[in-house]
Amino acid sequence: MTTEGQSQARPVVEIAGVSKVFDGRAQRATRVEALVGIDLSIAAGEFVSLIGPSGCGKSTLLRLIGDLTPPTSGTITVNGKPAERARRDRDYGMVFQAPILFDWRTVQGNVELPLEISGASKAQRQQRAMEHLRLVELSDFAGHYPWQLSGGMQQRVAIARALAVDPALLLMDEPFGALDEMTRERMNLELLKIWERTETTIVFVTHSIAEAVFLSTRVVVMSPRPGRISSIIDIDLPRERNVETRELEQYFHLVTAVREALRGDERSGGSPDEDGDDIAARRVAAEGLSG
Amino acid sequence: MTAAEVERPAGVRRLGKGVTRGIRAWGPPTLLLVGLLAVWEIAVRSFGIKQFILPRPLAIAETWVTYLPELYAAARYTFLEILAGLVIGATAGIVIGIVTARYRFMQDSLMPFAVAASSVPILAFAPLFNNWFGLDQQLSKAMVAAVLCFFPVMINTVRGLTNVDARALELLRSYAASEAAVFRKLRVPNSLPFVFTALRLAVTLATIGAVVGEYFAAPRSSLGQYIATYSAFLNFERSWAAIVFACIIGIGLYLIVAIAERVVMPWYDRQAEWR
Repeated sequence: MTTEGQSQARPVVEIAGVSKVFDGRAQRATRVEALVGIDLSIAAGEFVSLIGPSGCGKSTLLRLIGDLTPPTSGTITVNGKPAERARRDRDYGMVFQAPILFDWRTVQGNVELPLEISGASKAQRQQRAMEHLRLVELSDFAGHYPWQLSGGMQQRVAIARALAVDPALLLMDEPFGALDEMTRERMNLELLKIWERTETTIVFVTHSIAEAVFLSTRVVVMSPRPGRISSIIDIDLPRERNVETRELEQYFHLVTAVREALRGDERSGGSPDEDGDDIAARRVAAEGLSG
Repeated sequence: MTAAEVERPAGVRRLGKGVTRGIRAWGPPTLLLVGLLAVWEIAVRSFGIKQFILPRPLAIAETWVTYLPELYAAARYTFLEILAGLVIGATAGIVIGIVTARYRFMQDSLMPFAVAASSVPILAFAPLFNNWFGLDQQLSKAMVAAVLCFFPVMINTVRGLTNVDARALELLRSYAASEAAVFRKLRVPNSLPFVFTALRLAVTLATIGAVVGEYFAAPRSSLGQYIATYSAFLNFERSWAAIVFACIIGIGLYLIVAIAERVVMPWYDRQAEWR
């Protein structure tokens, strides 16, 4: 369960005994245990993927780390401080499934947004925005408006925006989920390049086994009802990853391992009334095969 | 990564081809207008429609030119009322809209009234406004116009400030943005299309409010009284000539709002709404 990096560096994210309950209008009947008994430690420089069927709470866990919603119990420490403090200190960048770019701002203006809010000077903002647009290879589109770009380009702008404040931690919630398979694979390669260059820590939520294995240093497999971590799989592929990585035997073994971990959940948690989750899990497995 | 990757949505404005675009945009409606006027002229002549039923466009144009000085004076008088009404109504609408959007309890208590009030025939109050603000005062007509403008502007301001993308709010939360920053960087830009929609409506409403307000009581030299008086004398060409002036004011103000919108929101493509 431990990787080399973890023993060396102080953890960037430390989750201890966290649970999250959604209380629907104070009625016991609609109470949903989104997450129970979550313990997870993420070291500096790691790339950790959260994977699992719909309803396993993987997005909720990411939102808890980002302090976008508070935990019902337990503690979340980011960069050695409570998650709320880390958010106020702007310690992380977040990329959502939708790019959420502001229509009224140019590409550069959108990347400058977090810098404006943190009070950076105009010169600083411009310099950092251009620097990060170069990183995602969109310098030529600085003056364009978001609606003039394709979906993949918009998501790259969102990544540049998240990186513009040089966050120690990058939280990504199915960032490529809305993209076609080909664009997604190219974005995966680009994200790895960015990860190498920035040496940031990444927590990545995904539905795709192939994507999780290809990108991560560790894959956290989650299962639903209640949402929990069922297993953690170390991805000991060579750190340098490229198109050929997807053809390595080791890669196939790891994909199979993750798929089996997901299937194991299906078997243990599979009461007849949970068809929806079965289907979701099978879809995840199928996605893995197609990758 | 390359320019070829850029998708150009149908709404992209191509700069530089302004003249061609201008002809394309203005040509068809201008042709249609000229055509309609010609049909009108020919129809009145060939069917022998009486002057007091429907005067010919050319006769109206002739009257318009003949009485231009007094029509202009009347139009100027009414224009001031419209403008004052617009400024008062729109400013109050935006200010109260901002306050209402800020406080949940104000939205809950005020919005139902505002929505109800905007469907009340406010013009029915015009004689009362004349009573309150002076029969032959410009202020009374300006106030009718102001009240007419107020409700749509206020309602749309509230909607524009509050109808923000929940995901964008979450994004700003992740930046630890202050309330003030959320207001400036998200709510205000988000509200602009709503506010401009209301302003387009407001210029029309203000024109109607002022002219109709004048029907009930106003000096002779005002568009409303001009139209009412010459209608009473069955001198319809002169009424029509004044109506043409009212139309010019209404359309002119509308164009000013449309241009202001382009300047303030260069990123916004209103035509996309029609597609």
